[in-house]
Amino acid sequence: MARVVLRRRVAMKIRVNGKIKDVPDGLSVIQLMNHLKIDAQNVAVEHNGEILEDKALTQTILRPEDQLEIVRFVGGG
Amino acid sequence: MDKISIRLNERAMSVEAGTTLQKVRQDFKPDADVVILNGFPFAGDAELKDGDEVVLIRRGKRPGRDELQALMVARHGPGLFEKVKSARVGIAGCGGLGSTLAVILARTGIGSLLLVDYDVVEPSNLNRQQFFIDQIGELKVKALAENLRRINPFVEIETCELKLDRANIPDVFRKCHVIAECFDNPHTKREMAVAVMKYLPEIPLVTVSGIAGFWSANLIKTRRVFQNVYLVGDTETAAQPGRGLLAPRVTVAAGHQANIILRILLGEGSSQEEGGDENSREWQD
Repeated sequence: MARVVLRRRVAMKIRVNGKIKDVPDGLSVIQLMNHLKIDAQNVAVEHNGEILEDKALTQTILRPEDQLEIVRFVGGG
Repeated sequence: MDKISIRLNERAMSVEAGTTLQKVRQDFKPDADVVILNGFPFAGDAELKDGDEVVLIRRGKRPGRDELQALMVARHGPGLFEKVKSARVGIAGCGGLGSTLAVILARTGIGSLLLVDYDVVEPSNLNRQQFFIDQIGELKVKALAENLRRINPFVEIETCELKLDRANIPDVFRKCHVIAECFDNPHTKREMAVAVMKYLPEIPLVTVSGIAGFWSANLIKTRRVFQNVYLVGDTETAAQPGRGLLAPRVTVAAGHQANIILRILLGEGSSQEEGGDENSREWQD
């Protein structure tokens, strides 16, 4: 029963680049970036310590307490 | 007989009190035609004092490996010299960042450099890249290797003419102690980070983002962003039409890369780069 209640929550806390954020439940990583207005082009994302490849950005669904590190690359060298 | 201590060509030695500069030249390097005493060229003769530093040079004659190493040990300390001598650093891209970084690392005495690029020197590159006008049209890796050998011929240099992508990155850089990402293209920068984190997680990667234009150089920082990834730059300022890449900020960033690479090789840890400051990890867009 507890699990059902959890699923109905509309918001959860996750940590993005060290800061705690309140975000809607059930978002994929790419949806989260849209939600936080982070440009998703050329980003490297670590989810709970693991690097995410392209597919995983859309397939990984975030859970409460998850930790994300997002680094975006801009051109120039 | 009283003795005094002097340094001759960076090496400590003792000579009899009353010894003159020209006597030292005669005894140790009679063919020297440039005599430097305590940092200044000196034409005449003088009695040496305790603590004097003498440098004797034969114009146009290259020092051998042992002599050059002794000079570097004297400047850098034996601990640093020995540690970096056996290090191999991979440089992915030999443009503004890569060519400048390679020059700094060669001067610091890094034992072995792997240079990877597929491009040739173009006239517009001369605004920030370490090539000469007579090298226009040459392969960058070949031209850069040539220039590095003129700085320190005892650095081992391997060149690789190749367009890097996620598939070939692991094999190319497998044997490096540290990898420096020096690309221009943001997509390739990202590919490099993903490939190294996934397939070479034991090798530190020093990557760069946000170095264009002429905003404050103080905004360019080194931060540890992932377990084995360091990021240099202001994280925002992309190269775009009207905001180009200029030598000052590109050189600052290459200096940051060189310094964190040196710190990694010396086992200095990264406490000063850990996490950076909180604000720098916030997204401004």
